[in-house]
Amino acid sequence: MTVQSTSEPIRLNGGQALIKSLEMEGVEVVFGYPGGAILPVYDPIIDSKIRHVLVRHEQGAGHAAEGYAHATGRPGVCMVTSGPAATNIVTPLADAYLDSVPMVCITGQVAVASIGTDAFQECDTTGITRSITKHNMLVTKASDIPRAVREAFHIATTGRPGPVLIDIPKDIVDANNPDAYFDFTYPPEIDLPGYAPQPQPAPANITAAVELMKAAERPVLYVGGGVLKARGADALRRLAELGNIPVVTTLMARGALPDSHELNLGMPGMHGNYTAVTAIQRSDLLIAMGARFDDRVTGKVSAFAPDAKIIHVDIDPAEHGKVRMPDVSVVGDCRLAMEAMLSELAGAGGAEAFADHTQWRQQLSGWQEKYPLTYAPSAPGEYVKPQQVLETLRDACPSDTIVASGVGQHQMWASQYWRFEHPYTWINSGGLGTMGFSIPAAIGAKAAFPDRMVWAVDGDGCFQMTGQELITASVERIPIKVALLNNAYLGMVRQWQELFYDERYSEVYLSHDTPDYVKWAESMGCVAFRVEEPAEIEVAIAKANEINDRPVLIEFRCLSEEKVYPMVPAGGSNDDIIVDPSQRGDAKGTVDPSQRGDAKGTVDPSQRGDAKDSEGAAQ
Amino acid sequence: MTASIVDNRKPQDRTIVVLVENKAGVLARVADLFARRGYNIISLAVAPTNDDRFSRITIVVDVESAPLDQIVKQLFKLINVVEIAELAPELAVERELLLATVRAPQDTRSRIIELVDVFEGKILAVSPDHLTVSLDGRPSKLDDFEALLEGYSIVELQRSGRIALPKIGRDVPRLRAVVEAS
Repeated sequence: MTVQSTSEPIRLNGGQALIKSLEMEGVEVVFGYPGGAILPVYDPIIDSKIRHVLVRHEQGAGHAAEGYAHATGRPGVCMVTSGPAATNIVTPLADAYLDSVPMVCITGQVAVASIGTDAFQECDTTGITRSITKHNMLVTKASDIPRAVREAFHIATTGRPGPVLIDIPKDIVDANNPDAYFDFTYPPEIDLPGYAPQPQPAPANITAAVELMKAAERPVLYVGGGVLKARGADALRRLAELGNIPVVTTLMARGALPDSHELNLGMPGMHGNYTAVTAIQRSDLLIAMGARFDDRVTGKVSAFAPDAKIIHVDIDPAEHGKVRMPDVSVVGDCRLAMEAMLSELAGAGGAEAFADHTQWRQQLSGWQEKYPLTYAPSAPGEYVKPQQVLETLRDACPSDTIVASGVGQHQMWASQYWRFEHPYTWINSGGLGTMGFSIPAAIGAKAAFPDRMVWAVDGDGCFQMTGQELITASVERIPIKVALLNNAYLGMVRQWQELFYDERYSEVYLSHDTPDYVKWAESMGCVAFRVEEPAEIEVAIAKANEINDRPVLIEFRCLSEEKVYPMVPAGGSNDDIIVDPSQRGDAKGTVDPSQRGDAKGTVDPSQRGDAKDSEGAAQ
Repeated sequence: MTASIVDNRKPQDRTIVVLVENKAGVLARVADLFARRGYNIISLAVAPTNDDRFSRITIVVDVESAPLDQIVKQLFKLINVVEIAELAPELAVERELLLATVRAPQDTRSRIIELVDVFEGKILAVSPDHLTVSLDGRPSKLDDFEALLEGYSIVELQRSGRIALPKIGRDVPRLRAVVEAS
């Protein structure tokens, strides 16, 4: 952290003090949107070295700050005004809270004397955000601003990271208010008697964990986002290799171990691959490392990893025993815990200390051979398959490319088909599942790493929620690239309706051609192409990768009927995983309609639930 | 309402004392947490301590709605929560205050006054047909008094919720979010 303390007091008003405090925290970029109550804070921004990125909707500011934080590990900062702006940023706060993203959000508030009077653009911001922030505060005195900022950054970045909101009434930052001036010093000390995260795990618990690890015959390291938050990728690799322990990386942990690593089984969960899901189910020891037994991973909890003992490593004590009671509970930072395990194992014979996992590894390899991720490419002249787009894109981009995804089918395909070779190259909304996350998050990541390639993988539904942020990308010269997988549907909802609602398609049809995504992107200052058949994919991507001076969007017209497999039905046991139709030797499912090879762009009439679904209605 | 008060001594009711920073909105944070996670509060009392930086919240929680362990860990996630202790009845001095206004016409008035005397309560206000009485004591004593008072016609009744301190010389275990393996 780059926090310094000032010894010489300087006379500042609250607005200047706020910006100065952000500078003291080493903030280099703020994503924001001005308005009435926050106006006085926007004046000193002109004189600051901090870059301000003007988004087009406050939600974009929040997700961009998250994208920045995911990519860098440093806290993302966003700033908006009171009332509707504060409510617009509620979604990113909830998103950051569920995915433990370090973020500091500054909101304007009406003047102290007006609070509680239902003043113009007043809302109870701290009340509304109380349960979706790690902490929040309403500052009522200008001289309290430096302390509030110091505490906010400390809380956001230590322990289990999370969003912290500071609500700032207009009068205390107002340059025309004599009471808003004070002698600024930045507090070197933090006084939070109730806040003491414990990163260092208790040695006795490490010993107990290591004993279980040594005895296990079918262990699996179940790796979650906590490993990335702890900068623990290197320790993870060493631990997995030393113990010859297979690893599954959850949606929040993709990239924690390279996908090319022989011990990496890939992603578990509702759309995880067969081997990752089944390895957990058959394991005798599950080492949950910075993972929280999310329902999308466990499926039916009572049937989850039924024979496994559990070691749970997590810095948040409340995660221990919340879903599954661990046999050994290690409260602490994942990196420190793994390093402690490694040093304990070094004294206990290293690799020799473990049971032989050869047979277990062979069993896993057998599953990998039998049930790889698979899809049938579309025929020449047909619209494309999203999986083929993602494979081609993956192979055309450098391995340090950052991929930011929206939420839905495209997110699952991206997490399945990308090959993550480095940590912090995958940015997505895991816990909250926020549609529209990708474009602003990609902007945040690209603002942090202007020299890296940043691709947003988006769906048509998501794009219509936050696509306007491409204006931000153009105007602010943050040239992200967008792979828009346009299947004319809310694809994931459509998939559920097909599988679980008797193919009754209710309100999921969006149309391939309204809006015209290419024209829309061009109007926002992007270069845009449309890809309508498999042969065009590679060329379009090559062209996009050569453009570095402005954002670029490729609209891939995708077949509507493609479904994400494997799939564990919600609430079902992981043992009931449904694999791709081509892999169903038994009668587990009927033939997937998407495998029939429909004609380009048409929707199978039998799948039209209502008149709104017809393409004609869109014209 | 009355049912939960009469059932005050159910084994699933546990008393925790939460020391919090005396800052705006702290009570709302605690109450919000209970509401959001679906934990039941049986009673709650809050007031500043002798150190004006801190307030003490005494909460009787229903551990059937969630394990006490999880409630405590979630409370510790609140930045303003400084310390939590469980006060088991055998380790604590517990007190609660009850106020009640009862109909007291001529024919029952003396019996009500007698009842208040037996429990060492007080008569706070008198009118031709009503009495307002108060009783402080252990919550179980208040339960008994309330049950007997129900034989008369209660107009209004309010209990304060319990407050508690450890018995002198008794070591009350501080609850922690982090437990070391034994």
